[in-house]
Amino acid sequence: MKHMLAERHTLSILVDNEAGVLARIVGLFSSRGYNIDSLTVADVSGDHAVSRITVVTTGPPPVIEQIIAQLDRIVPVHRVLDLTALGPHVEREMALVKVAGVGSQRDEALRIADIFRARPVDTTTGSFVFEVSGPTSKVDQFIALMREVGLVEVARTGVVAIARGAEAV
Amino acid sequence: MGANTGAISGARMAAELTGAEIVVQALTDLGVEVIFGYPGGAVLPIYDALFAQTRIRHILVRHEQAAVHAAEGYARSSGKVGVVLVTSGPGATNAVTGITDALMDSIPLLVLTGQVPTHLIGTDAFQECDTIGITRHCSKHNYLVKETAKLGAVLHEAHYIARSGRPGPVVIDIPKDVQILRARYEKPGSIGHKTYKPQIKGDRASIELAVEMIAAARRPILYTGGGIIISGPVASLLLRDLAKLTGAPVTSTLMGLGTMPNEHPQFLGMLGMHGSYEANMAMNRCDLMVCLGARFDDRVTGRLDAFSPDSKKIHVDIDRSSLNKTVRVDLGILGDVGGVIEDMIKIWRSRGHKPADLEQWWSDIAGWRARDSFGFQQKAKELLPQHAIKRLYEATRAQKPIISTEVGQHQMWAAQHFGFDAPNKWLTSGGLGTMGYGLPAAIGAQVANPGALVIDIAGEASIQMNIQELGTAMQYRLPVKVFIINNQYMGMVRQWQELNHGSRYAESYSDSLPDFVKLAQAYGWKGIIIEDADGLDAGIAAMLAHDGPVMVDCRVSKLANCFPMIPGGAAHTDMILDARDVQGERDEDAKALV
Repeated sequence: MKHMLAERHTLSILVDNEAGVLARIVGLFSSRGYNIDSLTVADVSGDHAVSRITVVTTGPPPVIEQIIAQLDRIVPVHRVLDLTALGPHVEREMALVKVAGVGSQRDEALRIADIFRARPVDTTTGSFVFEVSGPTSKVDQFIALMREVGLVEVARTGVVAIARGAEAV
Repeated sequence: MGANTGAISGARMAAELTGAEIVVQALTDLGVEVIFGYPGGAVLPIYDALFAQTRIRHILVRHEQAAVHAAEGYARSSGKVGVVLVTSGPGATNAVTGITDALMDSIPLLVLTGQVPTHLIGTDAFQECDTIGITRHCSKHNYLVKETAKLGAVLHEAHYIARSGRPGPVVIDIPKDVQILRARYEKPGSIGHKTYKPQIKGDRASIELAVEMIAAARRPILYTGGGIIISGPVASLLLRDLAKLTGAPVTSTLMGLGTMPNEHPQFLGMLGMHGSYEANMAMNRCDLMVCLGARFDDRVTGRLDAFSPDSKKIHVDIDRSSLNKTVRVDLGILGDVGGVIEDMIKIWRSRGHKPADLEQWWSDIAGWRARDSFGFQQKAKELLPQHAIKRLYEATRAQKPIISTEVGQHQMWAAQHFGFDAPNKWLTSGGLGTMGYGLPAAIGAQVANPGALVIDIAGEASIQMNIQELGTAMQYRLPVKVFIINNQYMGMVRQWQELNHGSRYAESYSDSLPDFVKLAQAYGWKGIIIEDADGLDAGIAAMLAHDGPVMVDCRVSKLANCFPMIPGGAAHTDMILDARDVQGERDEDAKALV
C-alpha cells in the first residue's frame, strides 16, 4: 500500500442531523489516521433531519476504499458518496481575503480581484476584504497573488461539491 | 423537557412511567433476564425501579469493569445480548475497558450509564464525565438521552444495533432527571433503523463463483473465525458440512475455536502466532484460502508481504470494512457467514460437485502434522503447564465445560491443549487482550448456564486484575472454578523479554503473591494447591468434587515458554517450534512490533 500514489477524493456524506454526528465522522478520521484536507457541514433538508458533510481526503486507493467502508458503518450515516469516483461533479469553495495597502498596491489588488471575479465586501482607506469563490485551485491562485499586494489574512470555507446532471445521487 | 412537564390530564398520567420505569419495562419487553451492575448516585432511580420488580435479576459485581466482562461472558456463552448498568463518572470510566473488549471481539452488549442531570451537564459536576465522548471510539454506537419520552425507543433501537450485523457494545447515557421525569412508553412493533441496515444475505453470483473456486482448488483451506460462532450454533454445523463436502482442511482463529470439533480429522488446529505448524504452513502454501468470519488479524497473518503468497483469497464477512482492510482478497462476500455457507452447500450440491483430489495436499499436511508442534514431554516432578491443561481437559471433557481465560501464556496453552467441540464454550479476550477478563466472564457464563461446569483458566498475574469478583461468585452461589497456572511470572512478558530483550526480566516477576488458598478461603471459596505433577490429578478431582466455587493454585514450571511461535512481524514459515531455536536478540524493527 505504501508504494501506491495518494489520490485526492471528494466524499459526500449524508448523515442524520443529530448531536455528536460530526464528532463521529471527524473522530473516525483522527483515530484511524486518515487525512482531512477540508471539511464542510450544513443541514440540507427541509425538516432539519439530514446534514451533508463534504470531506476532501487524500490516500492510496485501498485507504480511500477503507475510509468509505468505515464511514458507512457509522450508525447515523445514510450514504457515503465518492464524488471523485462517481464521475463529473462540481467543486466550489469560498474565501474571504483581507489585504492592506496604499496607493498602487490597492489598485493592483482591485485589478487582480476583477480578473478573478472577486468582490470587495468590506473596505477601509487602507484595506479590502474580497469574497472569491471557485474551484480550490482558483482560490489558491488568488490568495497567492494577493500575498504580493498586502495579504493580511484568509478565511476559507473548504470544498462543497455536487454531482453534475439532473439526478440526485 | 416540554413533552414531559406540560399539562397532563389524570387519564394520561396513569399511562405514564418514570424514565427509570421505562428502562426496566423496555428491558423486560426485550427479554432481558439479567443485568450486571453496580449502583451509584446517578442511577439510583433505575435501581429503585429494579427493586420494585422480580422479572429481571441483578448481579452485583465488585468493579464496573467486571460487570462488562461478566455481561460478555453471559452473551458469548448464551448468544443473547449482555446488559450492564453502572453509574456516571467513575462507573462509566471503569466500564471502558470492558466496552472496548466487547467492541474488539464483536460481543453484543447494552451498557446503561447514569449521568448527572441535564442542567448540570458540562459544568464539571460531581461524578460527571463525558461518557458519550469517551465511549464514542470504543462502542458500536452510543446515545445521550435528554428526554424521557425518547428513552423507550432508544433502548429498543440500541438493543437492535447491538445484536445486528457485526454485533458490538452500545452505550446509553441517561441523565438522572431523565430517569425521574415521566413519559408514555409503548412497546414498539418490529424494530428497524432508518440508516443502520446491515447486509445479511450474501450476493448469490459471488457465492456461486466462490463454490467454483473451491471446486477447482487443489490446495484449499477454510480459515474460520469468531464470526461463525456469532452467526449462531447452526453455522458451526454448516461449516462441518462444508468441510465434509469439499474435503478441505479447516483451521480456526483463537476466536473461532469450537466451530470444528477438536479431533475432527480435517481440523488443523488454531493458526497464527501460537497456532499449529500444520495450520500455518497450510495457510502459507494453499492455492485457495476461504476466510469465513475472520478478519486477517495481525496475530494471524504475521508479516503481511509474506502472507500466503500464492493463494487466491475469498473473504466472507458481515462488516464491509473488514474486506480488503489489511489483506487484498480476490473475492469479497458481504453477508452473514452462516447464511453464506448454507448457500455454498446448496450450490455445491445442486451442481453435483465432488470433493477434488486433494491427496497431495493432505500428504503435505501430514508431513507438517508429523512435527507435532504442540507436543511436550512431561517427565519430571516439575509440572509443565501444558500437561496441567491437558489433564484438566481430559478430566472434564465429558462434562462439556465452558472455559474462560485471562491473557498470556496460560491463554495460549489453553487454546492449544484444551480441545473444544462446540461453539459458545470458549470465552477469551482475543482482540483487546484484557488481563482480568476470565473470572468475571466465567461468572457471567455461569449465570447464563447454571448447570454447566465453568472454569477460568488463569495466570497468577492476570487473576489479580479482577480478583475482587470472588465475592460476586460467592454472593450468588455460582460454582465457578478458577484454575491458576502459577509460574510466578507474567509469563508472556517474560517470554518476549527472552526473545527480544536479552532475557532482562524487567518487572515481569510476580513478587509478593498472595497465598491463593487462604485468599479463596477468605471469600468463602474452597482453595486447593497443586504443588507438582504428582498432585495434579488429585487436585483436579478435588476441584470437580466440590459443588461450590473453587480456586486452584497450580504450581507449574517457572520458565516454560509457549511454542510454537511466530515472532511479531515474521512470516508463517519463520515459525519457532522449540525454545532451542531462540538465539540472540532481534533487530530494532522486530522489537518495535507487538
